[in-house]
Amino acid sequence: MHDFFFNTLVGHVLLVMGETLAVLVPVLMLMAYSTYFERKALGAFQLRRGPNRVGPFGLTQPFADAVKLLFKETIIPAGANRLLFLMAPAITFVLACMAWAVIPTFDGGAVADINVGILYLFAISSLGVYGIVVAGWASNSKYAFLGALRSAAQMISYEVSIGFVLVCVILCAGSLNLNDIVRAQKNLWYCVPLFPMFVVFLVSMLAETNRAPFDLPEGESEIVAGFFVEYSSMAFGLFFLGEYTNMLLMSALASILFLGGWQAPFGLSFIPGVVWLLLKICMFMFFYFWVRATFPRYRYDQLMRLGWKVFLPLSLGWVVVTAGFLEVFHMLPGESM
Amino acid sequence: MISASAFFFYLFSAILLASAAAVVTSRNPVHAVLFLILAFFNAAGLFLLAGAEFLAMILLIVYVGAVAVLFLFVVMMLDVDFVQLREGVQKYAPVGAAVGAVLFGELWAVVLGWQVSPGADSLQGSPTPANMDNTHALGQVLYTDYVYLFQVSSLILLVAMIGAIVLTHRRREGTRRQNITMQQTRSVRDTLETLQVRMGAGVQELGILRPRPRAEPAEEEPRHEHAAGDH
Repeated sequence: MHDFFFNTLVGHVLLVMGETLAVLVPVLMLMAYSTYFERKALGAFQLRRGPNRVGPFGLTQPFADAVKLLFKETIIPAGANRLLFLMAPAITFVLACMAWAVIPTFDGGAVADINVGILYLFAISSLGVYGIVVAGWASNSKYAFLGALRSAAQMISYEVSIGFVLVCVILCAGSLNLNDIVRAQKNLWYCVPLFPMFVVFLVSMLAETNRAPFDLPEGESEIVAGFFVEYSSMAFGLFFLGEYTNMLLMSALASILFLGGWQAPFGLSFIPGVVWLLLKICMFMFFYFWVRATFPRYRYDQLMRLGWKVFLPLSLGWVVVTAGFLEVFHMLPGESM
Repeated sequence: MISASAFFFYLFSAILLASAAAVVTSRNPVHAVLFLILAFFNAAGLFLLAGAEFLAMILLIVYVGAVAVLFLFVVMMLDVDFVQLREGVQKYAPVGAAVGAVLFGELWAVVLGWQVSPGADSLQGSPTPANMDNTHALGQVLYTDYVYLFQVSSLILLVAMIGAIVLTHRRREGTRRQNITMQQTRSVRDTLETLQVRMGAGVQELGILRPRPRAEPAEEEPRHEHAAGDH
């Protein structure tokens, strides 16, 4: 049996498919329930009850929503580029799922435990903009196009500072492998020494996933619904799935980079790492909803100012500070302490 | 049966060549850019097969994630008129052909006169050491042996960036800019004023005119008007 799975091509393919399902099915379930949890949380913030009609406590609401979306009609606007119009939501969703291949769920555990895992994640998250831009262009609609342009500019701007935050973490950990980065936080989570970068990352991850208060690409008071204004039915559903999967992904990334991923806090290591990772992801998801309920939407020029004039100098400076500190105190990874 | 890596090599190469051809032949510029992105992806796949995972990821991050997005951005905003473009082709074809012929001749001369220097083989090697991965090895070569060249290339990029900013930056007249320091250092005393108003007299005798009279000279501006300004 072991021989079949590890030494034959067919067995290996089957094994990888099994691993992929073992990661993606929980992620999609988590995604479905994060929409439910978001509505419940927003309800609580606004002194309402939230969804409570479908099933006990409204628990089957996500499935009711999915079924509703599936049975609606897919409308393709006149003058739209058919192929690209239908490809855009697929790009968004597939990219959001692809990135989960490198997320480590326990020590050494990931579908693909590759050497350049963090670069892979950064590459995939920077590709996310294509789904949006292509959707905006292929819709042949002014609102959609404006939303797509906003989104492209916004995501590129905030990727720059996310890149520098990643460089800080890589400098401290001395590896591009996500498991090594988590292992390097055995004694001290990076949210302590790199606290300013942690804050920059938290804000940038809101902008990167186009969530409130940076949800200008879909700012419904100005450009109706932004890039997906022409989408209906499951094509819209895929954008929705992609957005929430991306939020989960950024939450997972934040917990891996700054909160020690699968490492257990306070020596509570009898609880498995997967549980800790899930708890940390849920914490960041709650942060997303909390921010959404608290802050009003940013103005576009303020968004750009924050990205380029505040976060970029701050994170660039912090890279220099981190590198200098590690060099002076001989704490560079690989150097004996 | 061919091995898996050979299969993927031919797959990636075939798609790469086909999409590269499609970049120059497709009529819609947006499609051309999308084919270019597909070509980048397959080039990254080839890098991966060659064991250069760092280069593959950097190719994706830099070219697909940043450069091609800006490309797409620009191409989408341009409204290319194909009729006009085709008229231009007939007009400028001889000039283009002449320039092309000169370049081709020069390249041909270079190719004919080119030969491998005899000592080149020995200069080739920085083989990846056995005990480290590709990324570490690349970093060690780049930041030790070639550190000055690396610095010079980054300086060239910096100069190009500053040049682009200087060339395109202009301060337009009449735009209001947000000064956040000024906004935050304003105190209540600067903006609000408490006045004693006589019963039934209104605010007119205190010198505050309401509604604000039209076409009045600037010095007679009502005193508390600036409370509403500046944001």
